[in-house]
Amino acid sequence: MATYDFVFEALGLERWCASGTSTVPMSMADLMARQSGEVATTTPWNLPFPSLDALNAACPAFPQSRQVTKGLESGFLGIKDSLSIVLDPLTQPLSWMLSGALQTVLNTPWWIVIPLLLLVVQLVSRSWGLVVFVGLSISGLAFIDHYDHAMQTLAIILVCAFLCVLLGVPIGIAMSRSDTIQRMAIPVLDMLQTLPPFVYLIPLIFLFSVTEPKLYGIAIILYAIVPVIRLTNLGIRLVDKDVIEAADAFGMTDHQKLFGVQIPLALPNIMAGVNQTIMMSLAMVVIASLVSAPGLGVLVLRGIRNLELGVGLVAGLGIVLLAVILDRVSKASLARINAAQPQ
Amino acid sequence: MSAAANQDIETEMRDQPETAAAAPAGEVKVAIRKLFKIFGADPQGALAQVEAGMGKNELLEQHGHVLGLRDIDVDIEAGKITVIMGLSGSGKSTLIRHLNRLIEPTAGEIRVDGEDVLAYGPAQLRRLRREKMSMVFQKFALLPHRTVLENAGLALAVRGYTKQEFEDEANKWLERVGLGGNGGQYPHQLSGGMQQRVGIARALTSNAEIMLMDEAFSALDPLIRTDMQNLLLELQNELHKTVVFITHDLDEALKLADHLVILNEGYIVQQGEPQDILLHPNDDYIVDFISDINRARVLRVRSVMHKTRTTPDNCAGEVDHDDNLESVIARSQGDTAYSYKVMRDGEQIGVLDMKALVRALVPTRAAEDGLRARPGG
Ligand SMILES: Nc1ncnc2c1ncn2[C@@H]1O[C@H](COP(=O)(O)OP(=O)(O)OP(=O)(O)O)[C@@H](O)[C@H]1O
Ligand SMILES: [Mg+2]
Repeated sequence: MATYDFVFEALGLERWCASGTSTVPMSMADLMARQSGEVATTTPWNLPFPSLDALNAACPAFPQSRQVTKGLESGFLGIKDSLSIVLDPLTQPLSWMLSGALQTVLNTPWWIVIPLLLLVVQLVSRSWGLVVFVGLSISGLAFIDHYDHAMQTLAIILVCAFLCVLLGVPIGIAMSRSDTIQRMAIPVLDMLQTLPPFVYLIPLIFLFSVTEPKLYGIAIILYAIVPVIRLTNLGIRLVDKDVIEAADAFGMTDHQKLFGVQIPLALPNIMAGVNQTIMMSLAMVVIASLVSAPGLGVLVLRGIRNLELGVGLVAGLGIVLLAVILDRVSKASLARINAAQPQ
Repeated sequence: MSAAANQDIETEMRDQPETAAAAPAGEVKVAIRKLFKIFGADPQGALAQVEAGMGKNELLEQHGHVLGLRDIDVDIEAGKITVIMGLSGSGKSTLIRHLNRLIEPTAGEIRVDGEDVLAYGPAQLRRLRREKMSMVFQKFALLPHRTVLENAGLALAVRGYTKQEFEDEANKWLERVGLGGNGGQYPHQLSGGMQQRVGIARALTSNAEIMLMDEAFSALDPLIRTDMQNLLLELQNELHKTVVFITHDLDEALKLADHLVILNEGYIVQQGEPQDILLHPNDDYIVDFISDINRARVLRVRSVMHKTRTTPDNCAGEVDHDDNLESVIARSQGDTAYSYKVMRDGEQIGVLDMKALVRALVPTRAAEDGLRARPGG
């Protein structure tokens, strides 16, 4: 006798119940309960919630909760192949870009890569102090033989952040132009931002092979693209209504308005989004080491797995250093843009 | 961007700026008929109430809609300056924005050169805004990321001209408004009054036939303001643009206006020749409005004289029909015993009796058939 027998009796469904059994293998807990042979007496105090499992106890034909997760699993596996056919070619360029970038930084001699990086820093920030700081940091990392790992991390971040901007800015623009798109996109963005990063990895592991760079590439992009989308949308929506009105009054086309007025005026906000996107890529690239992303994260992971305290801590410090560099450089370029157009 | 939209840019790209042709007097450039504008969620629903005579405050309290404009009928004549006046919130900016459809009317008709502007598609509307109308904004609305020169040349840049091509034209007008040396600066580096002049130069560079000026001089100091007023009148003599000018300032209105439209709470209280409104106000609202004015300075001889070709007995000399009363008083040294012959182009058109002049200096009561009885008024 189970608690909810009366429900099925009242509905006259005993015949149907007897006709089938839920096909899920028994859980350990069920087996133990059967083994002990105790029939729990039901009092109002331990009345079970009429859950799938409780109803199944009364009527074997009723599905168990395991079947929900199992259904999800088999459903996903069912569409996996067709999904892969679509997604694989679409995402293949990402693999190429990532492995290309990784190959390039590792096969180019350090005495080319480091000056090149410093040149970029100078061009973006126009600050010699920052150039010196970046030079010292990278040389320091190279000195303790972390150069390769640091460069791998940097390469992955730059590729992913670049793609985030490339995809995120147009999405943000689309959101700013249509309230419907904004309404639809915001829940998705909220979800991407609140899902714990590990959760992204689960379906991705099923979809792609762990050896492919695109696996972690997608995880990083999904995680890091949110701020650049949000701030592009916000930036364009915040452009002074009077200025837009003037643009209209002089007969600008939508195209002229977008590229001549809205994007330039939204640029400070867009750049703030890019800064956040870069920082979030860095956070994710460490986690992505779990699924074969190379770089400093691998060393952190080794520190945890092998209890090599020193390795983990030094790699962690290296990540902090990279974070500071990326933040300072992107903020410096943001400040330059802000200085160019104070309102 | 779609291919169609691209094409549409290209066709609009290289339109030459045309100089506005001097229009024959009396030709209606813009005609506004039965224009209503109601702000709110359901303007059409509220329209019925407004047409039934509900006033602005009632409409807001009972329906939560704002009455922007009610039953506006104005003919804006080609080559003339039409001034729209009214207190803050009376709907001046709303009305002027209807002319280039920055605001869509709730009901009514707007014709520019006889064409129904409301029937225009996006491409035609852009053409109208690029070639026929330019606008000066109350809040300047300059592009903060472009230099003063680029702002001044905006209208030409929109039409596809490069900086080299529009530079001369933009510099010419910047110089005209007294900002010749500021072309390389950014708007935030200028004072409010200077920014407003950039806005004026921007509208002038566009060289459109119709200029919409929403409180275009309000941020200027008195001296520059007078300069700008004179500049506008000077340009009017040269170019004969059709100007729609909004102002709070009655002196400015009387100085500039060929046709004066007085708005209150979204409807037209009175419109007509400014001198005529001064002498025959038809509403207490207007009497209040004009009570502080220096009538001797704004009233002209032609408005006070009576038409005749005979020479009066007590004739003390000749005055021009466009002289203000102040100058006549100065000439007569306050003696009311005389009359003057009123001349236009060397020909007598009337006689000014000094007693009539003095009577005209006393503010007029509102006419009996004033609009006071109108709902909401
Ligand atoms: N977008 C809008 N939504 C709701 N109400 C509006 C809107 N725009 C204007 N109004 C209302 O319309 C009325 C007229 O406004 P408008 O800006 O035309 O006044 P104005 O005569 O130009 O005043 P000012 O001299 O202060 O510039 C005001 O009551 C205002 O509240
Ligand atoms: Mg206004």
